[in-house]
Amino acid sequence: MNDKIAGLQRQANEIRKLTIREIGMLGVGHIGGCLSLCEVLAALCFSIMRVDAENPGWRERDRLVLSKGHGGPALYAALALKGFIPVSLLDTLNRPGTTLPSHCDMRKTPGIDMTTGSLGQGFSAAVGMALGAEMDRLPSYVYTVIGDGETNEGQIWEAAMFAGGRRLDNLIAFTDYNKLQLDGYTQDINPLEPLDDKWRSFGWHVQSIDGHDIGAILYAVNQAQKIKGKPSMILLNTIKGKGAYFSEDQVGSHNMQVTEDMWKTAVAQLEEEGA
Amino acid sequence: MTTQHTYFNPVREDRWLRETYIDLLLEHAERDERIVVLDADLMLASGARRFAQQYPQRSVNVGVAEANMVGVAAGLSAMGKIPFTHTFTAFATRRVLDQIALSVAYAGLGVKLMGSDPGVTAELNGGTHMSMEDVAIMRSIPGMLIYEPVDSAQLRAAFPQIIAHEGPVYIRLLRRNAVKIYEENAPFRLGKASLLREGGDVSIFATGIMVAEALAAADALLAEGVKAEVINLHTIKPLDEAAVLTSVGKTGCAVTCENASIIGGLGSAVMECIGENHPVPVRRVGVRDHFGEVGLTDFLKEKYGLTANEIVGAAHAVLKQKG
Repeated sequence: MNDKIAGLQRQANEIRKLTIREIGMLGVGHIGGCLSLCEVLAALCFSIMRVDAENPGWRERDRLVLSKGHGGPALYAALALKGFIPVSLLDTLNRPGTTLPSHCDMRKTPGIDMTTGSLGQGFSAAVGMALGAEMDRLPSYVYTVIGDGETNEGQIWEAAMFAGGRRLDNLIAFTDYNKLQLDGYTQDINPLEPLDDKWRSFGWHVQSIDGHDIGAILYAVNQAQKIKGKPSMILLNTIKGKGAYFSEDQVGSHNMQVTEDMWKTAVAQLEEEGA
Repeated sequence: MTTQHTYFNPVREDRWLRETYIDLLLEHAERDERIVVLDADLMLASGARRFAQQYPQRSVNVGVAEANMVGVAAGLSAMGKIPFTHTFTAFATRRVLDQIALSVAYAGLGVKLMGSDPGVTAELNGGTHMSMEDVAIMRSIPGMLIYEPVDSAQLRAAFPQIIAHEGPVYIRLLRRNAVKIYEENAPFRLGKASLLREGGDVSIFATGIMVAEALAAADALLAEGVKAEVINLHTIKPLDEAAVLTSVGKTGCAVTCENASIIGGLGSAVMECIGENHPVPVRRVGVRDHFGEVGLTDFLKEKYGLTANEIVGAAHAVLKQKG
């Protein structure tokens, strides 16, 4: 088990370094909300989800809706490492004509299950997918990641109420709870707490874990899969901009300039740390 | 060829158009498992409860949550379903524009969005529920097909084509009794204009409840010796530009008629087409930059100028301009 977790942590580190490089090569991007996702993406893409890079449209696969669509670059790095797209394609992020836009696009990128970017919407679509899988008795789980800032959206709570009421237990959601949204700390802008109780009161099974602890993520998902009759919310307590010296826990890291020196220094530091 | 003219005799259909719509959903659901029906706490209004009783597993009432309904429909579509959503036109469009634009159209998902009670037919629900702008909103979304059935025969003919259409469709549906325009099994193609009456003096392009007004106006014009051509533009987008241009190429002037705002609606679509390709005088009959209000349809039609008289007046104006 420890070997498995260590292997997944290595994948998370690779996702992190590729993401810093990807955004750094372009010079600007949503670095903060990408870097808080690396561990959950590694756990999902390399251990939890039943997907096939050779057959991205496989009907019985698990789905992943990155409702916080601005996390696209981190997911692209994971998809590249998983073999859905070539690693070299990451250099085209947001370049003219690219198939890797800022926000996830199911029509452009193999491995992307839903087009997202307007916050709150992907979450509803994930609920619809879980409902569709249930109607067709597919073995698929639908995983979805929302942002904490995104949690301000009314549509999140419309969908939460519906999924709870419908008892969609094939739906496992994560909140990337890094406590920072674009303009500042979530508690200063539109307070979310008590967030766990909110989800519980909407009929969800709720867990709150360290979102950078891969062992905890695997355990929580395993628990969530055992829960029948309720959708699951796993609150990932994360650090926005995690792992890059210039972005970690920084207000302003939501979408920031990243120079060549910055990304190269950050990647070198991670490599020195053995990451 | 025709020697004797048959005047238009408006006859209301026996059944509400929504009943035909639900019949069609039931018929097609029986042989197509992909069809699912979603509503936002208006199943009693749409008649979808009849569908829900027969197909409880394929019927989804999301409650009063239109944004979530569109998102859930998008998710169902991504799983291979053909979702038909419903709420009133105002909430089916302006309330959920971003959801339709991104989760449905931009994502390339073929959700079928039915909006009921278009324009003044919202009647006693009044201004809050009366969408004059829904056509303009939906026209602005790339890839959106906008279809406004005129009667039950046409809706029946259109339905398999709506299911077969891969992209999203907005169905602008009168809920109540339509005036009968077509015979059962009349040939009909989504996206192709339907010529109802030939004439060489003025083209009248109409949709929805304004088709009956257009035919009545054509009769009144004929009594004056003016031969109007009446064309039903049931598919507002994509517009059958060839049919529009062929007609105005012959008549040299046109009137458009719609139960919606003339800003961005059918009239705009026709004028854009004519203006770019074959400029001739055009007048638009429709709601002129105005919110709605409570009232029965006949009162509101008078109030907003959605009448045969108004069409006749507009025809006179364009005929005069044509010279």
